[in-house]
Amino acid sequence: MITKDQIVRWLEKTAAVLQENKSYLTDLDSAIGDADHGTNMDRGFRKVMEKLPTVSDKDIGNILKTVGMTLISSVGGASGPLYGTFFMRSGMAMASKEELSDEDLFKLLQAGVEGVLQRGRPNLEDKTMYDAWAPTLEAMQNALTAGMGTVELMETAVAACEQGMKNTIPLQARKGRASYLGERSIGHQDPGATSSYLMLNALLETVKE
Amino acid sequence: MKKLINDVENVVREQLEGMALAHPELKVNYDPYFVVRADAPVEGKVALVSGGGSGHEPMHGGFVGMGMLDGACPGEVFTSPTPDQMYECAKAVDSGAGVLFLVKNYTGDVLNFETAAELAYAEGIKVQSILIDDDAAVKDSLYTAGRRGVGTTVIVEKIVGAAAEAGYDLDQCADLARKVNMYGRSIGIALTSCIVPAAGKPTFDLGDGEFEFGIGIHGEPGRKRLPMTSVDEITAMMATAVLDDEAYSRTVREWDNEEGSWVEKELTDEPFKSGDSVIAFVNSMGGTPVSELYAVYRKLAAECEARGVTIARNLIGPYITSLEMQGCSLTLVKTDDEILKFWDAAVNTPGLRWGV
Ligand SMILES: Nc1ncnc2c1ncn2[C@@H]1O[C@H](COP(=O)(O)OP(=O)(O)OP(=O)(O)O)[C@@H](O)[C@H]1O
Ligand SMILES: [Mg+2]
Repeated sequence: MITKDQIVRWLEKTAAVLQENKSYLTDLDSAIGDADHGTNMDRGFRKVMEKLPTVSDKDIGNILKTVGMTLISSVGGASGPLYGTFFMRSGMAMASKEELSDEDLFKLLQAGVEGVLQRGRPNLEDKTMYDAWAPTLEAMQNALTAGMGTVELMETAVAACEQGMKNTIPLQARKGRASYLGERSIGHQDPGATSSYLMLNALLETVKE
Repeated sequence: MKKLINDVENVVREQLEGMALAHPELKVNYDPYFVVRADAPVEGKVALVSGGGSGHEPMHGGFVGMGMLDGACPGEVFTSPTPDQMYECAKAVDSGAGVLFLVKNYTGDVLNFETAAELAYAEGIKVQSILIDDDAAVKDSLYTAGRRGVGTTVIVEKIVGAAAEAGYDLDQCADLARKVNMYGRSIGIALTSCIVPAAGKPTFDLGDGEFEFGIGIHGEPGRKRLPMTSVDEITAMMATAVLDDEAYSRTVREWDNEEGSWVEKELTDEPFKSGDSVIAFVNSMGGTPVSELYAVYRKLAAECEARGVTIARNLIGPYITSLEMQGCSLTLVKTDDEILKFWDAAVNTPGLRWGV
């Protein structure tokens, strides 16, 4: 069971972790992009932190939708509409919920990833954040079927996500700014996959508390 | 870094404030950022809205005015603007005749404008969105995000702006924008990098003795790095890249107002051929003086003539820049009677003005 307070704490942790990793993400983006991913994400989640107190008494769906709208209007770049759509969709999927089952948690992420797919139309191995999310969802689905508890479920998810993130290193980018580098994009970890991993790991840390 | 700025954080805002003071015929909105014609919405007229990262001035804010754009949405330097800007801007300029988004093909711009189009549609605004993707430096669309939007953007904004002024409806404006984009091709070169204020250091390193061929307007990597050579040789290479470029195909997404959804269209740009008449646009990336652009134009004219291509009109100067980057781009757009008529029509904006 995940409470609303835990969802709020997850978002706070995400904001903190993105701030800590701002230069790390930007460095990753300077290798294959335009050196703004860390700044973009940090700007967005700082805005989320400003907005959060105004909605923390609302239901989980509402909170997530507010996060989505805030990211859409403050991040810019490719990741703004992608993460914005992610949270908008996950919010819609969790409409009027005050707490979540493990199954709900999976559906929350699944709906978010559907949003990323519709917005960015990434394929597997295009070297994007989707390469971190696809194995995450698959691992979670299996873990749910196996009847794992929340912490174990999230540990499995994060491990798959981390592997997906690392698997972007040898890939040649076919989407986004990095695609213009052609073969020169090989050998670098995708910044968007990395921020996705950080976000999911923050969720694991929250459920472990 | 040596730049005429105060605080890095306030660069875009202060530049917009200066623009507002200099041009009372424009209205600048600060929360969120957008620039519109002071007389917007113009009764019965389709409204044109474009936008993108700052740092390319005069594009886009400098092209707001009679005969060109109704609104422009500036992002942070080299970072795409956000959908709330585009959506609020669309609301401010829509007269009921609809809003046409002119979107340069960068993933950030595309995704943000797509989100904005959905928001505007949900608000009851008729929208259409046309992609500008003319950078011949990018060869394939299958393994990349496709050709980037560069010089043809200026030409599309001018021509479709005139058509909207002449009473074209939303679909006609969209058709014309798509056509001009498909008729246009560009290539850019850089002699130096540029410094994004927030980064404080050059976007890329380029040695004294080299130049980058096929550079994008944010310093995206080009096709190759070559030893520096004469203007004639560089221009000949650029002319070849544009004039001898083969057919280019890609799939674009356009908005369907009836269905309220995106539809995919497969489009192919045909190569230039002998007998074509073109608008030739020689553009400075910001740091290259106009005098050198004329040296480029001199050689370009010869290259066109050698291929039986007639230059019907030209535009020479800094119109789509990359901060202080030294370098230039070359854009050729095939013309027909419709295009020439609207190219010659009056335009009155801070960045482009004739016939008034
Ligand atoms: N089409 C896409 N689908 C899914 N993810 C994508 C797509 N394009 C890019 N991305 C993700 O976005 C990340 C880059 O985000 P970032 O915020 O740096 O935007 P950007 O491309 O630099 O935009 P801009 O150039 O406008 O600033 C990439 O690392 C990748 O994971
Ligand atoms: Mg980036």
